[in-house]
Amino acid sequence: MLSIENVNTWMNLFSEQLLEKKTYLSELDTAIGDGDHGNNLARGAAALKEKLADNEYETLTDLLKDIGMVFVSKIGGASGPLYGSAFISMAKASKENEELDLAGLLEAGLDGIQKRGKAVAGEKTMVDEWIPVVDAVKENSLTPEVIEEAVAKTEQMKATKGRASYLGDRSIGHLDPGAMSSSYLFKTMIEAGVYDG
Amino acid sequence: MKKIINEPSAVVDEMIKGMVFAYDGLIERLPETNVIHRTHSHNGKVGLVSGGGSGHEPSHAGFVGKGMLSAAVCGEVFTSPTPDQILEAIKVSDEGNGVFMIVKNYSGDIMNFEMAKDLADMEDISVDFVVVDDDIAVEDSTYTAGKRGIAGTVLVHKILGAAAEEGASLTEIKTLADKLVPAIKSIGVALTPATNPEVGKPGFDIGDDEIEFGVGIHGEPGYRREKLQPSKDLAAELVHQLKKEFQWSADEEYALLINGMGATPLMEQFVFTNDVHQLLAQDELALSFKKVGDYMTSIDMAGLSVTLVKLEDPKWLAYLNAPVTTISW
Repeated sequence: MLSIENVNTWMNLFSEQLLEKKTYLSELDTAIGDGDHGNNLARGAAALKEKLADNEYETLTDLLKDIGMVFVSKIGGASGPLYGSAFISMAKASKENEELDLAGLLEAGLDGIQKRGKAVAGEKTMVDEWIPVVDAVKENSLTPEVIEEAVAKTEQMKATKGRASYLGDRSIGHLDPGAMSSSYLFKTMIEAGVYDG
Repeated sequence: MKKIINEPSAVVDEMIKGMVFAYDGLIERLPETNVIHRTHSHNGKVGLVSGGGSGHEPSHAGFVGKGMLSAAVCGEVFTSPTPDQILEAIKVSDEGNGVFMIVKNYSGDIMNFEMAKDLADMEDISVDFVVVDDDIAVEDSTYTAGKRGIAGTVLVHKILGAAAEEGASLTEIKTLADKLVPAIKSIGVALTPATNPEVGKPGFDIGDDEIEFGVGIHGEPGYRREKLQPSKDLAAELVHQLKKEFQWSADEEYALLINGMGATPLMEQFVFTNDVHQLLAQDELALSFKKVGDYMTSIDMAGLSVTLVKLEDPKWLAYLNAPVTTISW
């Protein structure tokens, strides 16, 4: 069940995971991007932990909005607006419909990412992690395996969006760093009990 | 990694502090931000804002001042600045007639500057922008993020800056920018990669005896790798690529910018400039504006880029020659 407490726990777990995997994410990004994905997300994660520790939230909307604003203002690069837009869209959706379930929320997040980044499925981006996960949450069939398989599939994709697109065929054979960081988001979502399918 | 730095994560902050100390009177840092703005008042003219990841110094803060940018936003190294910071730059640059933004064509930059524009719209500040994509090393295809923005961006700062100083409206600047950007084409060559201080390792591997044509200013892959060769051969390849794009004929008028990538000495830049001159002279181009030096660098990358602007409008030359007060023009 979605609650202010477990979303808070989720974001703390996600932040810790990002800080722990900082070097690994930057290494994935060095192979096909500009090598800053881990560092940028770690900066956002540190700021998010601080923000959550300093604030009490009355509504899920306020919490989601703050998460989005921290990502937008602290991460930079392309990941900042993408993760930020995801959470700001979720905040908007939760305001419009207080009964919204997790699937609806994540769908709004995915929509926010796609509007901002203009990526579709199969372009070797974080969207390739989000789409299968959102589908699985809708069908109540999300498992860590679903999450991992989606990341693994990006390895054989050819990038056509973002900086990796300049590599063309040479981007094949590398995991997408954005899909990888999103996989941490969804694994910690299960861990925190936000998804309890 | 061998660099004169302290904490790698503090590089941008400490660089800004040093810069505003050295050039006080000309530029100031907006408190609590990484925005550098000019001290000079613009008297109700359109504000000009640019920015991007750091590591390309003197771009963009070196071009803040009378006749060029109103403000520049410094992102983390090779990382686009965030919308809240860009919004602050917009606010400090707005003198009631709107703000025009010059954005290099990278996915991150476009998303952050667009978000900042959305935020400025909510505060009733008119904002428009142009995306500079002068790098012809990459084809403009739907299968990539498109052509990248590199050294030609500095010439956009200069020409639009002069127009703004002359009192052009936001609409007039937008029209000028949309005509100007397609007339600018650049291409580069790299000898060694840049090392981002926060990453600590070179951005790509290249042999001691190799060069790569078309490498981007963040080390994005180029179009061909070859053995190291004399300056005149490098010049011939880059000029050949530009000629293919422009399809020029004798007596056409161009502006030329030879740009160092950070670790290429001026001595080599001038040797190379001489070679470029010979080639362009053979084709009888009229080079009415020339500039050589480090304008859009890639930290400590060794290499060069060549930018040509087809001067379709005589005003553009006047704008290029108009006086400015900046650190680095």
